Amino acid sequence: MQEIILPAIGFAKAWRSRARRLVERQVPPEQIVWRSEDDQALLALGGESADSVAPAQSAVRVPKNFIDLAETALCADVPDRFALPYALLWRLQTERGLLSIQSDPQVARLHDYTKRVRRDAHKMKAFVRFREIGAGKTERRRFVAWFESDHFTLERTAPFFARRFGDMDWSILTPRLCVHCLGGVLKLEAGTAKPDMPVDGADDLWRTYFANIFNPARLKVKAMQSEMPKKYWKNLPEAELIPALIASAEARVHAMRAAAPSEPPSRAARIKAAVKASQA
Amino acid sequence: MSVKTLQEKLAILSDAAKYDASCASSGTGKRNSRDGKGLGSTEGSGICHSYAPDGRCISLLKILMTNFCIFDCAYCINRVSSNVERARFSVEEIISLTTEFYRRNYIEGLFLSSGIIKSPDATMAAMVRVARELRLTHNFRGYIHLKTIPDAAPELLEEAGLYADRLSINVELPTDAGVARLAPEKSPQRIRQAMAGLRQKIEEHSDPTLQTKRVKKFAPAGQSTQLIVGADEADDTTILTGAHQLYNDYRLRRVYYSGFSPIPDASNILPLIRPPLLREHRLYQADWMLRFYGFSVGEIAQGAQSGMLDLAIDPKLAWALARRDQFPVDVNRAPRELLMRIPGIGGRTVSRILSTRRWKTLTYDDLIRMGARMKNAKAFIITRDWSPAKLTDASNLRARFAAPAEQLSLI
Repeated sequence: MQEIILPAIGFAKAWRSRARRLVERQVPPEQIVWRSEDDQALLALGGESADSVAPAQSAVRVPKNFIDLAETALCADVPDRFALPYALLWRLQTERGLLSIQSDPQVARLHDYTKRVRRDAHKMKAFVRFREIGAGKTERRRFVAWFESDHFTLERTAPFFARRFGDMDWSILTPRLCVHCLGGVLKLEAGTAKPDMPVDGADDLWRTYFANIFNPARLKVKAMQSEMPKKYWKNLPEAELIPALIASAEARVHAMRAAAPSEPPSRAARIKAAVKASQA
Repeated sequence: MSVKTLQEKLAILSDAAKYDASCASSGTGKRNSRDGKGLGSTEGSGICHSYAPDGRCISLLKILMTNFCIFDCAYCINRVSSNVERARFSVEEIISLTTEFYRRNYIEGLFLSSGIIKSPDATMAAMVRVARELRLTHNFRGYIHLKTIPDAAPELLEEAGLYADRLSINVELPTDAGVARLAPEKSPQRIRQAMAGLRQKIEEHSDPTLQTKRVKKFAPAGQSTQLIVGADEADDTTILTGAHQLYNDYRLRRVYYSGFSPIPDASNILPLIRPPLLREHRLYQADWMLRFYGFSVGEIAQGAQSGMLDLAIDPKLAWALARRDQFPVDVNRAPRELLMRIPGIGGRTVSRILSTRRWKTLTYDDLIRMGARMKNAKAFIITRDWSPAKLTDASNLRARFAAPAEQLSLI
């Protein structure tokens, strides 16, 4: 039995190189225990066992799309996040068409993990909210966000924020990992507890927008919640308005329907006549 | 009249914009600000940054430049005869809201529309100025959607396309008769001319054989439009025929269907109704069948009743029930076009079927794992271990799908 311990930062790259060596030395999946260095259970155990010194027996071959699938699945917060991609890597050496067999239980599970991770990453891109913090030493404006993701997705998603917010310095803090982008350079650090967040005046304008873009005549609470589950609400400045918007919706629609049509303002007839004349 | 604060203007001018269904931020070219000299990126797929309790995605800052308007469209909250409170943003205010919202990751970009003030040209020129300054002065690389004004000068529409990812012109009413009755100042003919003009520009700029390498991008996310559903008498077949023509004649990326919704201070010629949300949903499903599943409007109409889609079941299922002579389909043999027509099986599942069946003969459980909704599909398919036998032609088949008590919640 071999125990492999992967780092919390850079686990995807580490997994790739370890997995390649293990396949080359023909170590079957059932002989490996994969762990992450931030795994709490690790403390109770000894250190990592030595790598097999057996010489490489074979070259590792994988289809093109496997690397992306595996690296995505590795981010899932599931017990076999490292073991399942390895089991598939192992089988792929003899079952070449394996990934096309969507009905294979392990392939289906890999796809399930990648789907969950992609959704988690997508929601991170959507629901991270930056707040401005006082100007730093440079000209660049500085922002900070607190976010709680379900999976280990921040490392692979950080470059998206770097591509998007090119002229800002920013930090995204999460319980698992923190990313800082200063002068366009990304730096990864261990996770943190939630710090006191600065107040940002733009949040009030955003809440004004959120309240007014909502159409009370089309209330569909389930549709909202399936895309924006409640677990995200505590870190979204606009979410505090949701209960009151839902509660008042019906009365607002009744009021619209009950109101009798009003007399047009006095300017209306004059303007309409002018438009008609210009179109004639 | 007291001077309104930015917050008061934002309240009025976002309230005025909410009847436009589109909030898409997808399908444009790739841009980023990794060079450190600008703000924003677009990477193909759009992002919904929030959801309002109406279930709609909030992707863009969707506002009107002004809700003053000289037109009198009966369905519109901003028509000249409405007593709604009026406001107008300055160009600087719109730019500041867009970039400050963007920096906080609230939005993908701006969707700017406007009431028509003074003249179509003056209105369009101010909107173009917003887009130009966002791009050139502020190096904004996020998404911009401009609602164009059909009567504005062609030069202005051309300039708009250089800065905007998407341009749109709302047809609003599915028939010319509807426009004449409810939007008397609008001209369906001029709207069509403007759409044809945009199509031509978009195609000129995307055709590499006619251009040098330094081709200027023109509205890379194309053009779209919106049809209001339920304000006039047009039935679903009429609406879908109109949509099909719009897709064909003007190469629109999207037609949006917006159920006519109660507005404050309604017009007396257009009584307020419940917004027909379920009807709107069925139209979107039928639109999808037109664009991706290879159905014609005539085929979709086979599952409809006197021009109206069945509200109780989706239009693909309705078509299959009407055309049971086409079923069952053997998922291990049928070509892609036929697989696409099976109820409960979408495009992604079809791709999975095609790739997997090269390696093995598919079973009923395989289809479940590949994402098929077997409740809808099972009467219409054959697998290695499943045949629907008499189920396909059972007289009570529709009743198995149409749950009698189920309804979307409508106010």
